[in-house]
Formats: sequence, structure tokens, C-alpha cells
Amino acid sequence: MQKVERTNSKGGLDRDKVKRFLVNNIVTILFLVLCLVGLRLSGLSLAFYLNDIVSRIARNTFLVLALIIPVLAGMGLNFAIVLGAMAGQSAIIFITHWGIAGMNGIMLSVLICTPVALLLGYLTGKLLDRARGKEMITSLILGYFANGVYQLIFLILVGTVIPMNNEVLVLSSGVGLRSSIDLSGGLRYAIDDVIRVTFPVFVLYLSIGFILFSGYFLYKAIKNKDSRKKKKYIAFIVLGVLGFVWALITSLSISAVNMVRVPLLTMLIIAALCLFTHFFFKTKMGQDLRTVGQDPHIAEVSGINVSRRKIQAIMISTLLAAWGQIIFLQNLGAFSTYGSHEQVGMFAAAAILIGGASVSKATIGHALLGTVLFHTLFIVSPLAGRNLFGDAQIGEYFRSFVAYGVIAVALGLHAWKKLMQHKNKQV
Amino acid sequence: MAVHEITKQFSLKEALKTFGLPRIIIVLFLITLWVVSMSLEIPFPQLLSDTLVRWGMNGVLVLAMVPSIMAGTGLYFGLPVGIICGLIGGLLAIELNLVGFTAFFAAILFSIPLAMIAGWGYGWMMNRLKGSEMTVATYIGFSIVSLMCIFWAMAPFKSPEMAWPIGRGLRVTISLASRYDKILNDFLSFRIFGIYIPTGLLIFFLGMCLLVKFFFTTKVGIALKASGENPRFSQASGVHVDSMRIIGNIFSTVLGAIGILVYSQSFGFLQLYTAPLFMGFLAAASILIGGASIKKASILHVLLGTFLFQGLLVVSLPVANKVATLGSLAEISRIIVSNGVILYALAQKSGD
Repeated sequence: MQKVERTNSKGGLDRDKVKRFLVNNIVTILFLVLCLVGLRLSGLSLAFYLNDIVSRIARNTFLVLALIIPVLAGMGLNFAIVLGAMAGQSAIIFITHWGIAGMNGIMLSVLICTPVALLLGYLTGKLLDRARGKEMITSLILGYFANGVYQLIFLILVGTVIPMNNEVLVLSSGVGLRSSIDLSGGLRYAIDDVIRVTFPVFVLYLSIGFILFSGYFLYKAIKNKDSRKKKKYIAFIVLGVLGFVWALITSLSISAVNMVRVPLLTMLIIAALCLFTHFFFKTKMGQDLRTVGQDPHIAEVSGINVSRRKIQAIMISTLLAAWGQIIFLQNLGAFSTYGSHEQVGMFAAAAILIGGASVSKATIGHALLGTVLFHTLFIVSPLAGRNLFGDAQIGEYFRSFVAYGVIAVALGLHAWKKLMQHKNKQV
Repeated sequence: MAVHEITKQFSLKEALKTFGLPRIIIVLFLITLWVVSMSLEIPFPQLLSDTLVRWGMNGVLVLAMVPSIMAGTGLYFGLPVGIICGLIGGLLAIELNLVGFTAFFAAILFSIPLAMIAGWGYGWMMNRLKGSEMTVATYIGFSIVSLMCIFWAMAPFKSPEMAWPIGRGLRVTISLASRYDKILNDFLSFRIFGIYIPTGLLIFFLGMCLLVKFFFTTKVGIALKASGENPRFSQASGVHVDSMRIIGNIFSTVLGAIGILVYSQSFGFLQLYTAPLFMGFLAAASILIGGASIKKASILHVLLGTFLFQGLLVVSLPVANKVATLGSLAEISRIIVSNGVILYALAQKSGD
């Protein structure tokens, strides 16, 4: 690397920079291309696509954001958010059984799932702390294990040990829940339907918020005389203004995009979580976690209780996953009792990796970008598969291949890079 | 007095530790279920017959874990890769319209070179992923299974036994009834005290075990074992550790390919599409139940572990059915036991 820099001229250095950018973001870039090609092949209209993607973003982003804190604590991708999702889902099942609808139901399910998720998070954290260096595979297997326990509870114990008299939910034999649960007339859209705005109006709000935030950071950058950051935030403000103008024009036109309705409250909750995550790392606990993630030995020496901090990180992640699953299910409206939580960990991990995160680095930006890209693929691949091969099923297979493959490639690249760094150090 | 007590306690603890908590639980559980099944008048010889069949049927797949663990690449979660190679061999044998033992051994013969190539590539990759082999291997296995789903759905096989009558692509399960269904099981099989002994299957399985055992007495085998146990020392004493890891993975992949063919002939069907997805976990759980760790494994662990795990699965279904007519209980206990055992192994602090 050093040799290259020395022999190349200034232009060469730039080329080197571009090359490094490409190498570091190869997964994201490949995905972007894949999504664009898929969009073209699927023949979807913009309004239809926007409608789908908006609802998928509202549904999934919270769960993806739940992965960030453990990554920064050096524990890798927490596939065990499945346990949190189970807590949230169980709460929803009981709320549905009791027939509590709307926002009250949501509040109560949050109240019920919180202690359960914290307990599960504590146990998960304990286990992962024991399996240091093997956290990811352990969390993955833990997810499968917990799924067995979940099935035991809702397929066998409900109706035998846990009394539940409900003809709609319980199988006709009186034992075990039916394989799908319908939330319509109950919790369906309980958060989403509080306020809905059209897509251009949403962009309008978004760009105003964006401009205000960038303005605040620009002010700080000017005060600190940081010219690089100054340029960045000026560009952000320009972007915000462009968005504002587009939204204004579109909302006054008769474009089909005006039919796309955005669940504002859900988006606000997601934004709040983004803010929370951002400021969390400025707190004492957040700083400690960062230190633990960078070097557990140094953290231990400087008086941080590493095990305790790691367990706390997993507890927060599990709790967020529980809430995330509630948001997910109320948007879905009906769900598979034994299936809809199963792949939560994998899909969230794939999404954040596609956004450019790695095992040791993850930001809010990675989570947001990744969610958009991953779910774009979800929307377009069956259609693209049908148009390309005459078979939608092939698109579905391709989709799961990509989800698994992205995780394999991203984890593989990371392990390989780490090994190379280690070797270089030794040499 | 106190000292004496402490040493006594200590030795008991040691003894428990060497046998392993999960194994104790599983042995007790199995015995309890056997007793319960007898009291429920479930025919015991039938249970034992089924256990023997499934022991031989799954044994080679579990055996595939051994070379990988010995070579230091951990549990062989890439098992689906080997399984797919075996399935392709099986399909080719049908496409060539072979029957009986010819078909079975032709299938093995076709799959071995494929498995060697795949295993080499897999091992090469594992060498670049030192330290996180198992996590990445799991996802490599998953992604290859889904990639192969696309292949199965578009594969140009013509035989009407395999292809859908209309459209293209392969069936989800392909019956072996007219090919090599139970060809090993029924070879020289006999009944004693009402227990069906699948002689051919057991001979094949034990033969494979001996083969692996023999391999670890050869020069390459010993070098492989050494490089797994202590890579730095082996490297220093002139063993090329990376090649040894590749050889271990090739061996595991080949065993995986043979394993699925043995499994399929007993099962009576070739299962394509997403069927191989979780087989790696089940095989890993089996060997761990037998007392292996993610760093140490032996043939004895394979024999014992497969017997215990399969015995448990065989007995739990009829017992669950009699007790509560809940068919899913057997499946659920399989999920909990297999993943619980893997978790226990991963959570061991020393790693062995």
C-alpha cells in the first residue's frame, strides 16, 4: 500500500482513494446496482414501488436499528434479537386474546413485553459473554433454540398449562394456537393510522427537519472552524432544499405519488430511536461500550466492568427488538404465529450489512440505507424473476440466496481483512 | 476432614465434567422415555429397530464432522455443501437409468470428485476466515442451498421420475422406490427377537468409521490432527497447516456427500431444495451429544452421539402421541435438544 502511494503522482492518489472507497463499500455498491437492475426488470411504477417501500421501511427499520449497539460493543451482529421479537410477539398474542384494540393495546403490549425482553436480554447477554469470540454463531443458535421453546409454549402449553379459551386463536382441539393470527379490528395499524400524510408532504417535513438539523451542525462546524464538515453540511442543506422544492411541486401536481400515504407517527418513533442511538454513545455508558468494543483489555484496565457492559448492550438490543416487533406486526396486520419472528435476526443483519456496516462498525446511516436497499430487492425480485425466467419462485430463491450470501460475504470479507491486518502487524 | 470432603467433591465434579452435563441429561431422558414407552405398551423391539436404522442412516453425516473438527476448523456447518454434491451424484445415477447397487455406488462415485472440488474451495475459504469459521460457514452453507434451489428449479434433467410433468425443474422429493430404495438396509438384514437388523447399512457405516480411524493413523492424518491441536507448533515442525485444514475440509465434504446418499437410500427419497438447510446443525448436535467439543472429536463420539440423539427422536414421537396426541412435541423436542446441545458446547469457556 505504502509503495503505491509513494510511486503514484497526486492524480494517482486520488485514484487510490476511489479504489479504496470502492473496495470498502463493495457490498453496498453491488446491491445498489442489483436493485436498480431489478427495478428496471420488474416494470413497477414509481408510485407502486414507493407505496411498498414506505410501508416496509416503517415496518422494519426499528428492528434493524436494534443491532447497532451490540456491534459497537464489539459483540458482532446480535442474531438473538429473535428473542426480543418473541417477547413482543407474545405480548401481542395476549393482547389480541384479551381483545384490547388500538393505542391502548399497543401501550399495554409494550408494558408487558418490556420486563420479559429485559430478562431474556440479560440471559442472552450472560450466555454471549461466556462464549466470547463466538458471539455471532452462539446468538444464531440461541435464536433457533428459543424458537423451540416458543413453539413449546404456544403449541403445547397453551390450553394445557396456560388456560386460554378463545375459539378464534386456539386450535379446535383446545391445545395450541392456530398457525396464523389476524389483527384486523384489533392492533392492526394501531400506530400507523394515528396520522398518515401523503408522500410529498412527508418529504416536505423530512426536508425541513433535515435543513434544521444540518443548519445546527453547520453552526457548530463554523464555530469550530472545521471547513471539511462545513462543506458537508452545506451540501446537506442544498439537498434538503432540493427535496423541499420537489415535494412542493409534486404535492401540487396530480402525480400518483400523492396517493402514497406515510405513517407519520411510526416514522417519528423511528426518528426518535435514531436520535436516542446517536446520543446514547455520548453518555457514560455509551462511551464505555465503545471502549469495550475497541479493546476489551484496555477497557478492563481502565476500570470498566466489561461483562456487565456487554450484558447491558444486549439487554438494550433485545428490548428494542421487542418494541420493533410490535411495530412490525401492527403494520403487517396478520402474522404467522410460528414463523414471523424466525428470520427477524437474519433479515435485520442482512439489511444493515448491505447498508455498509461490518461486524465491528455500524451507524444509523448504514441501518437506514440498508433497509431501503434490502427491501427494494424484496419487492422487485419476485416480479423480476417472473419477467426474466417466467417463474416468480426463482426470484424468491434468488432473494434468500442474496440475503444469506450478503451475510456470508460481508462476514467473510471482515474476517479476511482482520486476518490480513494481523499478518501485516506480525511482519 | 474438610480436605477429604473437598477432594471427594472435587473428583465427583471432575467425573461429571468429563462425562458432560448434557450427556447425563440426555441419557437419563432417553431411559425415562424408554421406561414410559414400555409402560404405554409401545413395542420396544420396534423402537430399537427404528433406532438402529436411523443410527446407520445418519451416522455418516455425523462422521463428516470429525475431519473438520480435527483439522481445527470447528463444527462443519458447511455440511449442506457436501450434501448437495451427494444429491447431484444421486440425480446423475437416476438420469443414467441405473438401478440397485450399481446406481448407489455410481452415485457415490459421481459425487466424490464434485465433493473434492467443493471441499477444496470451501477449505480455501476457511483458511481466509480463521477465527470466525463457524459463523461464516453457516451462511455460506445457507447461501449455497438457496443458490442450488435456483439450479434445481431450472436443471435440465429429463428423467420423468425427477422432472415435473409440466414446466421445468426438479421435483421437491424424488422417490427412489425403483432405484436403490433401502438397498443397504435390506442387504443381509435379519430379525432377531423381533428386532430388525439393517446389516448392510451398519456394515457400511462402521466401515466408513474404520476408514476415518485408519486415515488418522496415516502420516497425513497425524499431521492433520497435530495442526488442529496446535497450529503454531505444527507449522514450526514443518507441517503445512493450511493444506492440512484444506484436506480436512475435503474429507468432511466427501463424507457429507456419501452421508446424504446413505441417508436417502434409507429414507427412500432424495430431498432437494431447502431440505439440506438444517442438516448441518442436526449432525453437529449429534456429535456434541456424543461428547465431542468444537475442538475435539472421535469416532466413539460419533457412534455414541448418533445413537443417543436418534434414539431420543425415535422414542419421543410415539410417546408424545400416546400421552397427548400432540405430534409436534417430537419436532419441538428435536429443536430444543439439538440447539441446546450446540449452545452448551459453544458456551464452554475453554472451548473443550
